[in-house]
Amino acid sequence: MLIHGTAHKYGDHIDTDVIIPARYLTLTEPDELAAHCLEDLDEEFLRKVQPGDVIVAGKNFGCGSSREHAPIAIKAAGVGAVIAASFARIFYRNALNIGLPLVESAEASAAIDDSDEVEIDLEAGVVRNVTKAEEYCFAPLTGVAAQLLAAGGLREIVRQKMAVD
Amino acid sequence: MTISEKILASAAGRDQVKPGEFITCPLNLVLANDITGPIALEEFSKMGAEKVFDPGKIVLVADHATPNKDIKAATNTKLLRDFAHQQGIEQFYEGPGGGIEHIILPEKGLVRPGQVVIGADSHTCTYGALGAFATGVGSTDAAAAMALGECWFRVPESLKFVFTGKPNKWVSGKDLILYTIGQIGVDGARYMAMEFAGPLIENLPMAERFTICNMAIEAGAKSGIIAPDRTTLEWVSQEWVSQRTDKNAKVFSSDANAEYARVYEFNADDIEPQVAFPHLPENTRGISEVGDIVIDQAVIGACTNGWLEDLRVAAEILRGRQVAEGVRCIVIPGSHQIHLQATKEGLVETFLEAGCLVSTPTCGPCLGMHMGVLAAGERAIATTNRNFVGRMGHPDSEIYLASPAIAAASAIMGKICSPEEL
Repeated sequence: MLIHGTAHKYGDHIDTDVIIPARYLTLTEPDELAAHCLEDLDEEFLRKVQPGDVIVAGKNFGCGSSREHAPIAIKAAGVGAVIAASFARIFYRNALNIGLPLVESAEASAAIDDSDEVEIDLEAGVVRNVTKAEEYCFAPLTGVAAQLLAAGGLREIVRQKMAVD
Repeated sequence: MTISEKILASAAGRDQVKPGEFITCPLNLVLANDITGPIALEEFSKMGAEKVFDPGKIVLVADHATPNKDIKAATNTKLLRDFAHQQGIEQFYEGPGGGIEHIILPEKGLVRPGQVVIGADSHTCTYGALGAFATGVGSTDAAAAMALGECWFRVPESLKFVFTGKPNKWVSGKDLILYTIGQIGVDGARYMAMEFAGPLIENLPMAERFTICNMAIEAGAKSGIIAPDRTTLEWVSQEWVSQRTDKNAKVFSSDANAEYARVYEFNADDIEPQVAFPHLPENTRGISEVGDIVIDQAVIGACTNGWLEDLRVAAEILRGRQVAEGVRCIVIPGSHQIHLQATKEGLVETFLEAGCLVSTPTCGPCLGMHMGVLAAGERAIATTNRNFVGRMGHPDSEIYLASPAIAAASAIMGKICSPEEL
């Protein structure tokens, strides 16, 4: 799976409250949530983001609340993947469960600057920085995480499991 | 093995498990609330599921935006109520008899020592105080668990925190966990189980143990846990706790040679009451180093500190005193039962006479949902668990996290202070 877009760069500990503030948590539709994605962190984000773009952040991305509204908002805003030095655990599960690809790479997180053009090859485990003509390798997902990514989320896996049972 | 590894091994039907392994476990309980529940129910349906695996092992709690703050909130609560009715789920709570999920689940005896519990709420780790393995997930994981009755886990490494010493009177479980997060950072326990032990922990009442485990997630942990002891077993066998469920408790404890990623030893003689400054729970300072921080609001409650014991501490400080002019001091009992007991004990009267506002149980202000949202430039001291940008309202507002004692004293002085300064 190839993801190609512009990088939007943020810092460490981007919590789910700034990804989608609680004042919007009574909403459940992806498009409604996407309309407020990251608005408390970067008012310009929604104006700038294009389909396939990539959020690049520091460590512990998605910390805090378990609200799945956060990865739903990011995905519905058109973001193709999130690259971070590390991810908070619940966000990581939630993102894979809904089919939002994540790349954990401290190297890519540090090297990519805001507005760089990047291309991610999830299977090969490579992030190409087109702007800087650099490549950063990462360990492709394995095990349950790889299954979730391949299935596009948990829904299909549960469907198959229930069919077998 | 550690206590967490033993619980997971036992649930998975294995002799042992090792950190890093992936396992699938049957679940004793699956929780969702009025925020995560509606998405979970939609996903449950999209998965093609029709019946929950066991209606007795599902709990649905409307607490975040309740009493329903607007039409959308009311619609979301109704979704949960209708689903509970349709599926035969008796454990649906929204008002009388309900309260904040992480207070009412222990209070109603729905979580027992040794169980494996997941909840679509990050503070599900609270139940580790009962010696259960409990962790937060999102809506889709909760939906899958409601359908299948199981969940996959990566067995976490464990960090051990050993507390010794004899702290100052005003140092509570809240201060110990804030201090711990200040030491290791908001990702210091990422993906790990935080195990709390030592003579100081053994002497803590359950309310403070719940507070400690509640905030394990604020260090990035998968779970927090305290090995069950006499205090735990006495607590879970109280009549009002044990009335609803089976009394089976599996008591596990860590082996002497259990392996930990790291062991921290903290002597509480040196720990002051703590205040976490905006905008991360790791930005902690001892109360003597806080300086002049004038506040507009104090919030005493939440799943972190909405226990009866917390209200007693706050009332002891507020009794016969007045909340400072211009400060809104909002007190929120954690459950209907706690609210009733606080009323019978005269605590509610004390709060009202002191000029506090007493709310029905709700998560409300903790996440800036309702019942105490902050405007730009406003500052709150709160016994809640997060002080992220915009958590309690406007992104230009500020939250300082502290214990009920510090919050109550600060409400009286109009600035952050210790009860000793009153």
